Amino acid sequence: MNALAEAFRLIITLDPDLFEILWLSIRVSLIALVIAAVIGLPLGTWLAITRFPGRKFCILLLNALMGMPPVVVGLIVYLLLSRSGPLGWLGLLYTPSAMIIAQVVLITPIIAALSNQVIENLHQEYSDTFYSMGITGRRAVVAYLVDARYALTTCILAGFGRAIAEVGAVIIVGGNIDHVTRVMTTAIALETSKGNLTLALALGTVLLTLSLLVNALVIGVREYAAERQYA
Amino acid sequence: MPSSIMPIRICDLRLTKGERAVLGGVDLTIDKSGITVIMGPNGAGKTLLLRCLHGLIRPDQGQITLGHLRVADSRDQQAMVFQQPVLLRRTALQNLAFAAPVIAKSRPQRLIEALESVHLADRAHQPARMLSGGEQQRLALARALLGKPALLLLDEATASLDPASVLVIESLVKAQSAQGTKVILVSHDQGQARRLADDVVFMSDGQVAEQSPANQFFASPRTPVAKAYLAGEILL
Repeated sequence: MNALAEAFRLIITLDPDLFEILWLSIRVSLIALVIAAVIGLPLGTWLAITRFPGRKFCILLLNALMGMPPVVVGLIVYLLLSRSGPLGWLGLLYTPSAMIIAQVVLITPIIAALSNQVIENLHQEYSDTFYSMGITGRRAVVAYLVDARYALTTCILAGFGRAIAEVGAVIIVGGNIDHVTRVMTTAIALETSKGNLTLALALGTVLLTLSLLVNALVIGVREYAAERQYA
Repeated sequence: MPSSIMPIRICDLRLTKGERAVLGGVDLTIDKSGITVIMGPNGAGKTLLLRCLHGLIRPDQGQITLGHLRVADSRDQQAMVFQQPVLLRRTALQNLAFAAPVIAKSRPQRLIEALESVHLADRAHQPARMLSGGEQQRLALARALLGKPALLLLDEATASLDPASVLVIESLVKAQSAQGTKVILVSHDQGQARRLADDVVFMSDGQVAEQSPANQFFASPRTPVAKAYLAGEILL
């Protein structure tokens, strides 16, 4: 109980250590999210509206990658970025950049697979009408992205939720170095193992609040769209 | 109004789905302007024929020419209104602007006029999908007419709509036809066919059973199947 009270004191007094970790977590996840969205949204859209041999396999692969264990992603990124790895010369291991890369690898398939389903549904609905209206290529893609904006926003938020709560991959490639690569999840793991429940609880509370906020946003966006028949 | 799509000739059009010949060698020439209504029981191939005409379905065999044009080359002269209107997730006005971006930039007032023509000017800024079924179909028709098509195809466009919407759509279709647009309309509604048709194409079992001027068709259909259909007998 004392630990919980102390945890709230850290949050209320804007403890610098706590907010440094919080800020790094949000920064890493947001940058990863932007990169993953830039890759994932067009990829999902392209797979939804083009037809080529092997397309179904690509979608199957994308769906399978959604469930990829974070520690495996961490291991792969670690092997790529380690000194003897193919990208070792970049010197990114144990930096926030390495954590961003790991999170991008983790959440790009989520955003791509979810957006693929959204755009595929829209494509089925719109394709005859677009054909009739002579809408093709870039105009069609832009129309899909605009009309699916609310559904795609929930896909992106789902990606953010996964990124911010991720621990396995970032602890492997980030190393959980104090003031450098320590984010909320890795700090919680470390502080709990040390028996320092105060900071762990404070971070856990913030993480839980963030997670709730993201989920509330997802529900809010869905309801907003449904109420206005934009869903 | 351009008439380069006339006459419309369909030669030996065949389409098979699975084992079944859904279009079994359709031969048809439509050389008169005005409104042609395609009638026939369910599964007769009416909608498939319309979709082939519009280029939405490629037949297994046969040829369609519109004037001297092939279907693919006549796309920009055609417009189609489907049974279920598909509208973008935007306002009514934005739906029209999307369909006609050049008009939207140069003469935005024309979009409002198009909405007025289907009695939807007061709904301009409402999300299109919040409109009633009849209003959505009227908007779809206004959108189809924006490009001043030479050929307007309607696939049971008024099925299950309220009488007011049916009236608006029929008036607009008649007005469009009077301006020179060739209209081909698929309908199960005999009353509507009597009100609109200049000539009737009756289809049965994937083939054209009869093609006649409307008065003649309704007064004395030549084929037993058309007689039975008009008498309201169930055709299987």
